Amino acid sequence: MPTVSMTVNGSHVTKEVEGRTLLVDFLRQQLSLTGTHVGCDTSQCGACVVHLNGKSVKSCTLLACQAEGAEVTTIEGLASDGELHPMQAAFKEHHALQCGFCTPGMIMSAVDLLQNNASPSETEIREWLEGNFCRCTGYHNIVKAVQAASQGS
Amino acid sequence: MYNFNYHRPLSVDEAVALAGGAPEGRLLAGGQTLIPTLKQRLANPTDLIDLGEIAELKQLSTEADGGTLVVGAMCSHASVAASDMVRAAIPALAHLADGIGDAQVRNLGTIGGSIANNDPAADYPAALVGLGASVRSNHREIAAEEFFTGMFETALEPAEVISSVAFPVPSKAGYAKFANPASRYAIVGVFVSQGGDGVRVAVTGAGPSVFRVPAMEQALASNFSADALEGIAVDAGALNADLHASAEYRAHLVGVMAKRAVAAAG
Ligand SMILES: Cc1cc2nc3c(=O)[nH]c(=O)nc-3n(C[C@H](O)[C@H](O)[C@H](O)COP(=O)(O)OP(=O)(O)OC[C@H]3O[C@@H](n4cnc5c(N)ncnc54)[C@H](O)[C@@H]3O)c2cc1C
Ligand code: FES
Ligand code: FES
Repeated sequence: MPTVSMTVNGSHVTKEVEGRTLLVDFLRQQLSLTGTHVGCDTSQCGACVVHLNGKSVKSCTLLACQAEGAEVTTIEGLASDGELHPMQAAFKEHHALQCGFCTPGMIMSAVDLLQNNASPSETEIREWLEGNFCRCTGYHNIVKAVQAASQGS
Repeated sequence: MYNFNYHRPLSVDEAVALAGGAPEGRLLAGGQTLIPTLKQRLANPTDLIDLGEIAELKQLSTEADGGTLVVGAMCSHASVAASDMVRAAIPALAHLADGIGDAQVRNLGTIGGSIANNDPAADYPAALVGLGASVRSNHREIAAEEFFTGMFETALEPAEVISSVAFPVPSKAGYAKFANPASRYAIVGVFVSQGGDGVRVAVTGAGPSVFRVPAMEQALASNFSADALEGIAVDAGALNADLHASAEYRAHLVGVMAKRAVAAAG
């Protein structure tokens, strides 16, 4: 079995995997990082979004082996010193979640947006979040939260 | 997903050798098409040869005094969309890359994977044919029109690795697509360009594979304006029909998207 090494939320990990092991399964099952969700498993919904070397990707459509040597950040890696990340705080403040299933992927995707575009317009936010589905909120408060986080940052 | 042997070569030569030694193996680029295919067990390769660590495939450069833009096979859609070099040379190409799928698909999906797959609804084939590009592999150079041979089919030989795509820089180009609202794949996409080789109009999404529209090219050659396309009809006979659009509707959309692409080219 192949061995993979990567840095996940700042910690170095080395594990044996199968070639076919998906990054999301590696995170959830081998590292017990269950904040990253699996919604569709068909690269549509974005519940599984994590950062690979700083860029948002769908971890259900990436092999763990492809992340060899990479820096991976999951939703568990955003808060620091007991303080929510500004995007997490904005989601809380603006009631940008109901059931919360889409939230980890939404937040990871939105954080990547602000890295590319510090003050996006409403249209740019909605276009960027095209790959993140929410079945509860109607997106309205999610967009408000991202706007708030961008103004605040 | 069935299991396979995973390989991570560091050079094209090594990838070609690995592919040659594994007749039932497959190359892996961004995985945005191949991994879903493997999950559905529609393919069962013995080996996956990941091109992700090959630095020479990730380069963007210009040749011939800026007359040719060369995009490495492993350049992601996001990197093409964000590249100042691409935006300056062929803004329509950056715009096309920026409209593929969603942000996460663009971060992993690559030009090489897209054209090797030749999905009838993919965007890049329209740019390659619409600009008269050529596909460079580990051992040859293939003109775009000879490369795309049919639905999900290309001129690639077994164990052949695409290394880059060379685009002649046009004087004007534009791309317009009518996107599937869920996937963003093209229901119809039209790429137009005007350059040293004359005018080209290439259509994706509408037929089994990308095609040119000579009647539109002739009209635009004498008058490069959306008005010149008025009344030029495309035969619905050979076009795709599915739950998203009938063949007649696609034929109509070709005309509308061609006008928008010309308007976008300016
Ligand atoms: C949700 C979603 C939405 C999408 N929307 C769009 C869209 O709007 N427009 C669009 O055009 N596409 C769309 N795509 C497809 C996307 O662009 C893919 O990234 C692309 O089709 C395949 O590229 P890849 O790098 O992921 O290739 P992979 O999936 O890794 O490979 C695809 C095929 O190409 C072969 N291959 C890869 N690289 C090479 C090479 N260098 N030489 C020879 N063979 C090679 C592989 O063996 C495989 O057979 C979408 C995909 C998803 C999941
Ligand atoms: S679980 Fe990955 S995109 Fe839905
Ligand atoms: S909050 Fe329930 S899916 Fe988004």
